[in-house]
Amino acid sequence: MDALILTIIATSIPLLLAAIGELISEKSGVLNLGVEGMMLSGAVGALGAVLWLGNPYFGILAGGLSGIFMASIFSIFTINFMTNQVATGLGLTIFATGLTGLAGAPLVGKTIPSLPKIEIFLLSDIPMIGNILFKQDLIAYLSIAIIIFATYFLKYTKPGIVLRAVGDDHHSAHSIGYSVKKIRWFATCFGGMCAGIGGAYIPLVLTPHWSEGMTAGRGWIALALVVFASWIPWRIIVGALIFGGITIAQLVGQARGWPIPSQILSMMPYLATIIALTMISGRMSKNKSIVPASLGKPFVDSQ
Amino acid sequence: MFTFVPRDKVSKNWVIVGPLVSIFFTIFFGLLIFTFLGYDPLETLYQVFMSPFSRIDRISDIFVKACPLIIIGCGLMLCFRANIWNIGAEGQFIMGALLAGSFALLFPDVETKFLLLIMLVIGFIGGALWAFIPAILKTKLNVNEILVSLMLVYVAMLFIDFIVRGPLRDPMSFGFPLTKPYPEGALINKIPFPGIGFLGQLHYGILIILLLIPLSWIFINKTLGGFKITVLGSAPKASKFAGFKENSITTTVLLLSGGLAGVAGVVEVSANMGQLQPEVSFGYGFTAIIVAFLGRLNPVGIFFAGITIATVKLGADNAQMAMGIPKVVTGLFEGILLFFLLTGETLQKYQIKWNKVK
Repeated sequence: MDALILTIIATSIPLLLAAIGELISEKSGVLNLGVEGMMLSGAVGALGAVLWLGNPYFGILAGGLSGIFMASIFSIFTINFMTNQVATGLGLTIFATGLTGLAGAPLVGKTIPSLPKIEIFLLSDIPMIGNILFKQDLIAYLSIAIIIFATYFLKYTKPGIVLRAVGDDHHSAHSIGYSVKKIRWFATCFGGMCAGIGGAYIPLVLTPHWSEGMTAGRGWIALALVVFASWIPWRIIVGALIFGGITIAQLVGQARGWPIPSQILSMMPYLATIIALTMISGRMSKNKSIVPASLGKPFVDSQ
Repeated sequence: MFTFVPRDKVSKNWVIVGPLVSIFFTIFFGLLIFTFLGYDPLETLYQVFMSPFSRIDRISDIFVKACPLIIIGCGLMLCFRANIWNIGAEGQFIMGALLAGSFALLFPDVETKFLLLIMLVIGFIGGALWAFIPAILKTKLNVNEILVSLMLVYVAMLFIDFIVRGPLRDPMSFGFPLTKPYPEGALINKIPFPGIGFLGQLHYGILIILLLIPLSWIFINKTLGGFKITVLGSAPKASKFAGFKENSITTTVLLLSGGLAGVAGVVEVSANMGQLQPEVSFGYGFTAIIVAFLGRLNPVGIFFAGITIATVKLGADNAQMAMGIPKVVTGLFEGILLFFLLTGETLQKYQIKWNKVK
């Protein structure tokens, strides 16, 4: 049972990280559909760094930096050149698929050591939950820290409130003297970092070798999770665990030979995404204030 | 730094110059990345952009490769003009091919002349039905069509895999996941040229492009329906004020683009495979997004864009064989191209004004 719960948690973490990063970016008004691409580059960056330097912790760093790099490309075009965010995000994912395919080609067939588990003194001895919650790897702890930070940041700090203001009404925020572009650059790069680390988690913990497109749609599911969480950070944990659970249930079903074809079981995470979106969107269309009002709109500061 | 100042009038030439400049920049940056990763840039340039033109049969293969891209691109053009983001054409392509293929395999005795025609209609319906899911969710419940249409791509891929390995598998396929071969009447033949024979894989399916491009041009430019689509996308408030029904436009463009993607699926399988297999599309649905943008959401432009992108795709195949570069690198060029195209659109509307650094 413990093992099952641990696998579910491990499956949820890439989704959780990518989704919280995207949430911050969307709160500032930037819809970045390149999450899948940023995760892929995080994955390939992490693999490369670990193969080169030997220590899995460098993988976290490299993953984050690769994500930031991709997010900067996105920012240059959408924020500075005011290109359409939806199309640019798609472009970023397509670009990253090509780039990581090229960069990953020499890595095929090589395996990396996985990220070590860190036991937290005393807490890891608590019966039942100790094993599950306090014997995790660094990224798992980090992801929870980021959720807590994001909640606090958005709700109680001035920069957080400014960031939300920029996302809700960029013209007003601009007219009282905040730099819309700088704040959006920051938020997008933070999103890129989270997605990159989320992507890095896949080779560092889940499958320790490179295969083309190894994120398998997780970036897109993370985008759906932001909607599912209605832009509230802690709900991403719930959403990510549900999706992790569905993914694992599907694998368990295949292993135990449930009388359902494996392909139909494999559809479950994608179908669940559609169902979750449908349930949330119906409620959202009644209360429009949930969605950041400037989301996806380019900001033009013609003087 | 610099700011943007709106232009007084939009330059007409830019419509053509923009994409050409973008292609130039793309090649430049693409080769820069290749050099950085240790590949010979001149060899890459030759393989990716020139080698597809090196023989007459290779040139005709460009048209074969461009065929599904142009058909799907024409449909996506309608969506993107209306600001509806159907990015699930890949799934609609698969469902069109699957539904039409199943019909051909289950009813092989239908009068030969009509079988292919019926399949094209069924393929259209299959693709349209798959696109109807995001359409109804978007119009009734305001669900984001981007995510729904994309999730359905994964579902469609798994579904065809299930059908081909399960119910429709040919018992004589020696364990390969393949269906029975299509009956004769379901195939699209190669075009024979007197005195030369066949030119590569050039098949009658490309006639559909010749029909589709003028038709969609007329639809976009000369009919009220096409006008409504453009207004909804470029001036949603005006569209509302004029009383155009947003929901019915949304549904229409999704159904049309899904249907055309389905047709492209039928053509691709009937002309090049002759039976169903787990993978019938090789990213055509996604590549067509780039084609639609490169063609500036205009049918004639999409024709040339389809040819250009098909060239790069074939070039990448050659580069893979000659230099061992993985095939996915086309994505690299496509992504950069899209970035520059979109930047070009901004520069068409705004002038750059440099500010003195204080």
